[in-house]
Amino acid sequence: MAYAPPTRHLTRAKDLADARFFEPLDVDDMAAAAGLSRAHFSREFRRAFGESPHQYLLTRRLERAASLLRMTDRSVADVCFSVGLQSVGSFTTSFTKTYGVSPTAYRAAFPPARAHAVVPSCVVRAYARPQGSTFREDKVTAQD
Amino acid sequence: MIKISTAQVWVHDQDEALAFYTEKLGWEVRSDVTMAEMGNFRWLTVGPVGQDDFAVVLMAVPGQPVMDDGTREQVLDLAAKGFAGTVFLTTDDVRADYEQLKARGVEFTEAPEERPYGIDAGFRDPTGNSFRLTQVNERVTAA
Repeated sequence: MAYAPPTRHLTRAKDLADARFFEPLDVDDMAAAAGLSRAHFSREFRRAFGESPHQYLLTRRLERAASLLRMTDRSVADVCFSVGLQSVGSFTTSFTKTYGVSPTAYRAAFPPARAHAVVPSCVVRAYARPQGSTFREDKVTAQD
Repeated sequence: MIKISTAQVWVHDQDEALAFYTEKLGWEVRSDVTMAEMGNFRWLTVGPVGQDDFAVVLMAVPGQPVMDDGTREQVLDLAAKGFAGTVFLTTDDVRADYEQLKARGVEFTEAPEERPYGIDAGFRDPTGNSFRLTQVNERVTAA
């Protein structure tokens, strides 16, 4: 097999989070995609991308949720489940912590008629993903 | 008039890249020249069949005297992370291409999805370089 830096496998795990965030995916699944044990994976992922895999997956989901709040009229609970999160309560908490306003208030700030510029979706996803701060969930799985 | 003729992507392994771009992506080889007087530098370019005026160089990441070892490691790593650049491709039928390329084992990062500007999908080459494959809306093309 041709040479590839170990980072290539970590990119595969990151791609998995980007592609299948709407499924009940977790850090174990990401570690499996990279072919590494969970503890080793979390350490290597943080070293390569500067944030934990848990944080990457959560902010990917929040970014997609924010997009659904802006672009659709689906309920907050529906948006929460659509991005692979299972608790509306902790979704609302994480969202509010990240965006500074509740999902409902966030939606209200964006009129539905807002014109959208034609920017490739991969660009939107990469640039609109919120910057990590600490999340309540991080304390539960601090090693991630 | 200034036109784009050739652009470059870094690859970890030129033989592996050549197999991917020709056998999986279905492109053709435009040039494959190894120069002994340049430390066996290999100029390897490929391009889409039917688009003769544009080619992509599959460039091996060089060592000394072009790059110092530290820089070389950084470039190899950046490419593996998918941060060494993106190539944006267009097609007439992204869903058919997706099925065909997927059947050949291409690593897709995103299945075709409807966007305001068209339908697009994403994949990576073996190195980790990202590609977008877009079937552009006529409305957008005309704009």
